[in-house]
Amino acid sequence: MIQITELTKVFQTKKQNLTVLNKINIRIEDGDIFGIIGMSGAGKSTLIRCINLLEKPTSGSIEIDGEDITTKSGKQLLKLRKSIGMIFQNFNLLMQKNVRRNIAFGLEIIPIKDFIIEGMSKKEYDVLNYFQKRKLKKAEINRRVDELLALVDLKEKEFNYPAQLSGGQRQRVAIARALATKPTVLLCDEATSALDSLTTKSILKLLKKINEETKVTIIVITHEMNVVQEICNKVVVLDKSEIVAAGSTEEVFSNESSEITQRLIGGIA
Amino acid sequence: MAVLKEFLDNYGSMLVQGTLETLYMTFFATLNAYIIGLPIGILAEVSRKGGIHPMPVVNKILGIFINIGRSIPFIILLFAAIPVTRFIAGTTIGPKAATVSLIISATPFVARLIENSLREIDGGVIEAAKAMGASDTQIVFKVMLPEALPSIVMGISLATITLVGYTAMAGVTGGGGLGHIAISYGYHRYETNMMMATIVLLILIVQIIQSIGQKLSKLIDKRGKGEN
Repeated sequence: MIQITELTKVFQTKKQNLTVLNKINIRIEDGDIFGIIGMSGAGKSTLIRCINLLEKPTSGSIEIDGEDITTKSGKQLLKLRKSIGMIFQNFNLLMQKNVRRNIAFGLEIIPIKDFIIEGMSKKEYDVLNYFQKRKLKKAEINRRVDELLALVDLKEKEFNYPAQLSGGQRQRVAIARALATKPTVLLCDEATSALDSLTTKSILKLLKKINEETKVTIIVITHEMNVVQEICNKVVVLDKSEIVAAGSTEEVFSNESSEITQRLIGGIA
Repeated sequence: MAVLKEFLDNYGSMLVQGTLETLYMTFFATLNAYIIGLPIGILAEVSRKGGIHPMPVVNKILGIFINIGRSIPFIILLFAAIPVTRFIAGTTIGPKAATVSLIISATPFVARLIENSLREIDGGVIEAAKAMGASDTQIVFKVMLPEALPSIVMGISLATITLVGYTAMAGVTGGGGLGHIAISYGYHRYETNMMMATIVLLILIVQIIQSIGQKLSKLIDKRGKGEN
């Protein structure tokens, strides 16, 4: 469960203070596909970046499973980020590494001493010498990458480089990469905004499948109505740094009280 | 033909010697400039405002250091650095001595090249690595350097070519190499043939370095379209 309480973010510039998020309260349950929708400039990108502390909130708290993460720094922060996956509008893949190495990245950066193989206790693992651990780690990474390649259906592209892939395929690689370390939360920052509608559909289908199979909580920020309607069970509408509507997807979109909600539904901003 | 044969008989070995000295100075100086300049360039990029680990004071100092180094013309540095050269190389003439000034001059240049190569990387890729929990060191060694490698390779060939030019200048202070031959034979003794020969050799060296750099950079760059 993620509980965001009175979250405020102010960007300080020389001329003025710019409030990007104003006292945001959100509660996200485990296994939700949670939508945050709003027009550009509403503050959604900042909001999602606060959840893995790419942006540091000015005030307020973000509790994940009861623990406030906003105070984390150093090694604890790195550890937190390993438990939260993220995908982006522009995919942000490593252009000089092939699909396999991209997917493996998150696993490669875990120190050998912390890389505990599934089905092995910490004690058993500690007994192994450094070289055994290295060998095991490599085999385990390969096994996990194979698993992920199957999940996102890219087995035949495993040795290709990102430049040789289509947008949809790149986003699949990014999804696999984000899931490699088995995060409990997956953040999607306008993940389908650079894709055509057909590809968008297939990526959303994939996210939904992943959510059902692994129970990973997915947080989606978007300015596209249809994305929210397609996969989100809950949604908040963000406008001018504040939440103007919240609830289940049906509730929010049937209740056309707020002007911004209307605009989003009516015009498809 | 006979003229060419006579010329080579007389000066051939000297030109070979000069070429070797030029190559020695160039590569040895480039190598050392990278050993010192690479970490400085990385630190300059990492510490800048908006970098992965902003350190304004460190960045300012590095910036000043790099700019001072780059604003001293090599021909002046060559003389100004004589005491340092004597201290390090034990002599102030010959290729070995010239190499010291070359390294001093090339290091800030290399640092700037590295900094620029690293800055070209798409910020989104670094953000993604951060989001995955990569430490600053991991971002540098597992993301920034590998992603910038094709550009770094181009930088190396640029630095090497610049240094070929500098080695020729080092000929003025008796630095040896083709520059020394061009000045003492081509200029002081009016032997136009020698002047021409050194120019041709220098052009050849630069061309070869340039095309090796380009080929290598293209070979390792995976951003090109098409199946491999």
